[in-house]
Amino acid sequence: MHADPKGVLTGVHFMDGDHACCEGALAAGARFAAGYPITPSTEVVERFAARIPTIGGIFIQMEDELAASIAIQGAVWGGAKAFTVTSGPGFSLMMEHIGLAAMTETPCVFVNVQRGGPSTGLPTLPGQADMMQARWGSHGDYGIIALCPNSPQECFDLTITAFNLSEEFRVPVMMMLDECVGHMTEKVVIPEAESIEVTPRRYTKRSPEEYRPFEPQEDLVPEMVKAGDGYRFHITGLTHDERGYPDMSVGTQDRLVRRLTEKVKPAGDGRALYETGDLDDAEVAVVSYGITSRVAQRALQLARARGIRAGKFRLITAWPFPERQIRELAGLVKAFVVPELNLGQMVYEVERSAAGKAKVIPVTHAGGTVHNPDVILDAIMEAVR
Amino acid sequence: MIETTLDIPADARNPVEPFLRMERMPHIWCAGCGIGTTVNCFTRALLKSKANLDKVAVVSGIGCTGRVAGYARLDSFHTTHGRAIPFATGLKLANPELQVVVYSGDGDLFAIGGNHFIHAARRNMDLKVICVNNMIYAMTGGQTAPTTPLEALTSTAPYGVSEPAFNLVSLAEAAGACYVARWTTYHVMQLSRSMEEALGKKGFCFIEVLSPCPTLYQRRNRMGDGLDAMKYYKEASKIRHGAPTSECSLSKSGEIVVGKFVDRERPDYCELLRAQMCQSLGERYAEPEVVCSR
Ligand SMILES: Cc1ncc(C[n+]2csc(CCOP(=O)(O)OP(=O)(O)O)c2C)c(N)n1
Ligand code: SF4
Ligand SMILES: [Mg+2]
Repeated sequence: MHADPKGVLTGVHFMDGDHACCEGALAAGARFAAGYPITPSTEVVERFAARIPTIGGIFIQMEDELAASIAIQGAVWGGAKAFTVTSGPGFSLMMEHIGLAAMTETPCVFVNVQRGGPSTGLPTLPGQADMMQARWGSHGDYGIIALCPNSPQECFDLTITAFNLSEEFRVPVMMMLDECVGHMTEKVVIPEAESIEVTPRRYTKRSPEEYRPFEPQEDLVPEMVKAGDGYRFHITGLTHDERGYPDMSVGTQDRLVRRLTEKVKPAGDGRALYETGDLDDAEVAVVSYGITSRVAQRALQLARARGIRAGKFRLITAWPFPERQIRELAGLVKAFVVPELNLGQMVYEVERSAAGKAKVIPVTHAGGTVHNPDVILDAIMEAVR
Repeated sequence: MIETTLDIPADARNPVEPFLRMERMPHIWCAGCGIGTTVNCFTRALLKSKANLDKVAVVSGIGCTGRVAGYARLDSFHTTHGRAIPFATGLKLANPELQVVVYSGDGDLFAIGGNHFIHAARRNMDLKVICVNNMIYAMTGGQTAPTTPLEALTSTAPYGVSEPAFNLVSLAEAAGACYVARWTTYHVMQLSRSMEEALGKKGFCFIEVLSPCPTLYQRRNRMGDGLDAMKYYKEASKIRHGAPTSECSLSKSGEIVVGKFVDRERPDYCELLRAQMCQSLGERYAEPEVVCSR
């Protein structure tokens, strides 16, 4: 299905990542947003609040992030495509409702423009230390999808992808920006609506008598309905059977939780998004994402200039982690260098996927600014030593 | 098709059965619990209101009362503790033709969810909020709620509650609700009538229902069983429609002022939004079309 032209601001723009993210949401068909102001993410909803009344939709500033993160889910069950936007402390408050969305298989998008933490931390400065929280932050076992743009253009493109994946897999999708990417202003090309693919909601064609709200289809994802259409369905955060009714049996729990985790795996396996460069002859691969990937790019140039065979693997899909790709690469390179604006998060995934076949060197940073490329270069040189 | 009319099957044992997910019976509520009585009143109100049941949604939080959503044969949502109102807000705004009813407990709506309650009332969101007030956190075993009266014993106040309780009807009025009533599970006719009235009224409507929890409140406080609670409600209640809500506080064994306290007109959230947008944007304003296409 093509994007609805009403939401598509076709043209060549000069805009920051936060604004581009909002445009991506509009192009993807989001007509409902709920938010609570927090730096450095607020620009996304400020733009939505300015744009939506002439497009036809709702923005509501809620009383807190708990409210925002569940208002969007009410809107989704009412039939909307919906998202919320936050940063650090607000992301922490949203955790219970990320779990609710995972459990009730509610397609929606959470944008987190990461700042330095923990707690109030560095409100106006970058961090990448919410990566594990995005994956594991809510209690219990469940699967999610998380994407990491590294430019305003990607904030636009990947927000559309995020909405599409959320509909396809019926899962909450995290857009993991960082303050630098959110606030950097660059060229953003927004294409014509006809060239933007939008994934429609997986509405059932079955009658109310035949329909079972949580009966998995072949790809493990159940079909959806919305309120008001005569299905008289029930949605609960309790463990539930295929009818959607609470069932506290161990068997039902096992089937449900395994399915919620399994169903998103294809998004990280064959279909993970990533960018590679100069890996053909590489002895060392730099694995990075978000703003750090742009600093790493400089370090890679410096390394090549010194004759070091270094290449890049840029994570775009962070979760599900592209395990297979890293495993294969581990057979080809001597070492991975993993710079990130945290004290080591995605590096554990690289280490796990490399399974001892290649050395893994973290380049940590507590956040507040970006790495000095020389520090990454040092790690690359250490890797080939 | 599921009936959307008021036809009651000949073999129905109870006229409210078509409104309930009978395949989920028996329910989890204890003997003597008042929650079922309120559900009975609610289904009768729905019957009388002639609402198109395909367009009525029930949203609950977590608690014994929170289980109401699971038994109502309607589009029904059992959300998270305290957050039924913001979920309902999103549901209503996305799909305004729905009649959205929030059905939850006193702890859910006024402790963890208190902030959402006052803000939804302030906005005059078109929601019908029914609070089953058993003066206790029942589901978790009888802990103190913000509605537990002074001196009452609870599992977390074994020597008696020392903090003052909220007066819910006064809170609702002050926050901006356009309809506020209180009844007990003894007042089944009046309660059902109030629910019906609220279903017919636009804006944020609030109905508090005092309801016994014999298992975790009455028993610990030596107040007898469900029947004793009915006797107390009968004897202690005074119907005073229009009474100033500030004078309607509740205590452990004192008078219970019941009635309809507030019934006023205020433009609701959607009307106010539309008016403001038309004023600022004129022709450029596009009516919300939130539902995504198939
Ligand atoms: C975030 C969160 N905190 C705590 C709980 C545990 N909990 C479940 S129900 C409940 C209290 C319910 O009290 P009330 O709303 O009065 O409902 P009742 O059971 O009395 O009908 C609590 C504290 C929870 N489910 N979620
Ligand atoms: S514990 Fe109390 S409120 Fe819960 S079902 Fe039993 S009587 Fe009702
Ligand atoms: Mg209670």
